[in-house]
Amino acid sequence: MIGLQITVLLLVAVTGSAVALVRVPERQLIVMSLFGLTLAIMFAVFQAPDVALSQLAIGAVVLPLMALLGLVELRKRKK
Amino acid sequence: MKHPLRTGVFAIGGLALAGLYLAACAGIAAPTERPNRYSELADRLTLADRRITDVVTAINFDIRGFDTLGEEYILFVSVMGALVLLRQVDQKHERDPADARTPRRATGPSEAVQLWTLGMTGPTIVFGLYVVAHGQFTPGGGFQGGVILATGPLLIYLADEFATFKRIISYQLIEVAEAVGAGGYVLVGFLAWFDGQPFLTNILPLGETGQLASGGTIMLINDAVGLEVAAGFVVLMHAFMQSSLHDH
Amino acid sequence: MSTVGFAVAGWLFVIGAYGIATSRHLVHLCLCLAVVQASTYVLLAVIGFRPDAPPPILVGIKPGAHTVDPVIQALMLTDIVVEATMMALLLSLIVQIDRGTGGVDPDEVDVMRG
Repeated sequence: MIGLQITVLLLVAVTGSAVALVRVPERQLIVMSLFGLTLAIMFAVFQAPDVALSQLAIGAVVLPLMALLGLVELRKRKK
Repeated sequence: MKHPLRTGVFAIGGLALAGLYLAACAGIAAPTERPNRYSELADRLTLADRRITDVVTAINFDIRGFDTLGEEYILFVSVMGALVLLRQVDQKHERDPADARTPRRATGPSEAVQLWTLGMTGPTIVFGLYVVAHGQFTPGGGFQGGVILATGPLLIYLADEFATFKRIISYQLIEVAEAVGAGGYVLVGFLAWFDGQPFLTNILPLGETGQLASGGTIMLINDAVGLEVAAGFVVLMHAFMQSSLHDH
Repeated sequence: MSTVGFAVAGWLFVIGAYGIATSRHLVHLCLCLAVVQASTYVLLAVIGFRPDAPPPILVGIKPGAHTVDPVIQALMLTDIVVEATMMALLLSLIVQIDRGTGGVDPDEVDVMRG
């Protein structure tokens, strides 16, 4: 159990670094969705099911979608 | 500030922060040596006093109900703020005649995507309703189920049918639903005044543990929050989509 | 295990702040802010965790048993909701900034204009 938690924490650290270090926003938001998923898994492993449900829906779906729609708006203006 | 200089200043600040943070963390005792009286009390109260089994839902809607009221209004007001900001953009853009003739793009999503998203819309909405309704005894509740419900119409949008999305969600109705959800929370709180109790006291009959209709006002507040969160996120998504795709 | 948790929380904060400091695109900055906020989730999750304790759902648990800290989970729920709303407002503001100044590079956005 402890090994599982440490593994998930390290996974969170790696994906979090990936989100910060990918510079192009269009690619970054896909990594952000993956980061949201790993956070939800972390919450589930740390015995917090309500929080995991919330984080899964918001961090993996709503946030990248809003960012993507914002980017579409920005790109449309550049044309 | 130039880029390398900024990175250098950040490095100094970051190292100082890391050092202080590690020194602070070293002083935190192990979990078994710092008992949290409030949590133990919440655990005991939830089953004995409120007769529901999901402690987090009881804390959110009953024991710390007033904080959740504030949190729900944070969501409500920020959706309003985002709507105002995006609507301004919409107005300024409509005067540009060149945008009115933008052609549709040549290829939409593949048929596999359309089949999957349209097929999963029904189960998603049913699942969202299930999560909202069972918030009292399994993990779930208003917020969680509300966001899952909001992803249902989103799936329809992903199948490249913004027109269908607009037709299905009936925008006026969703706005009214959001307001009803937000106001409903406050009205349920006022119910306690009729009994002479303070705001947001749980005065309705508590029911039996394990039944859908248990917890008294917790159930009502749960449903109101679910409605508000679902409608709020759909309104937010609609505003973003509208402002970025108003050539449809 | 707690040391790993605290270290991950601190690392996420620092790497997110580094992303914000060296960002070239406002939407990138916004998502790095989400990473900084995620560090608080990790910290709260590690603090609230009790080894060998069940989650705070009281089905089949004898009364009086200690569960994982439910008050801290309520705090985490608020944190997540606030993150979602903050991102929505920030993204709307970014769209406005682009409308007003025509750029999304933080180095080149000229904020103090008439």
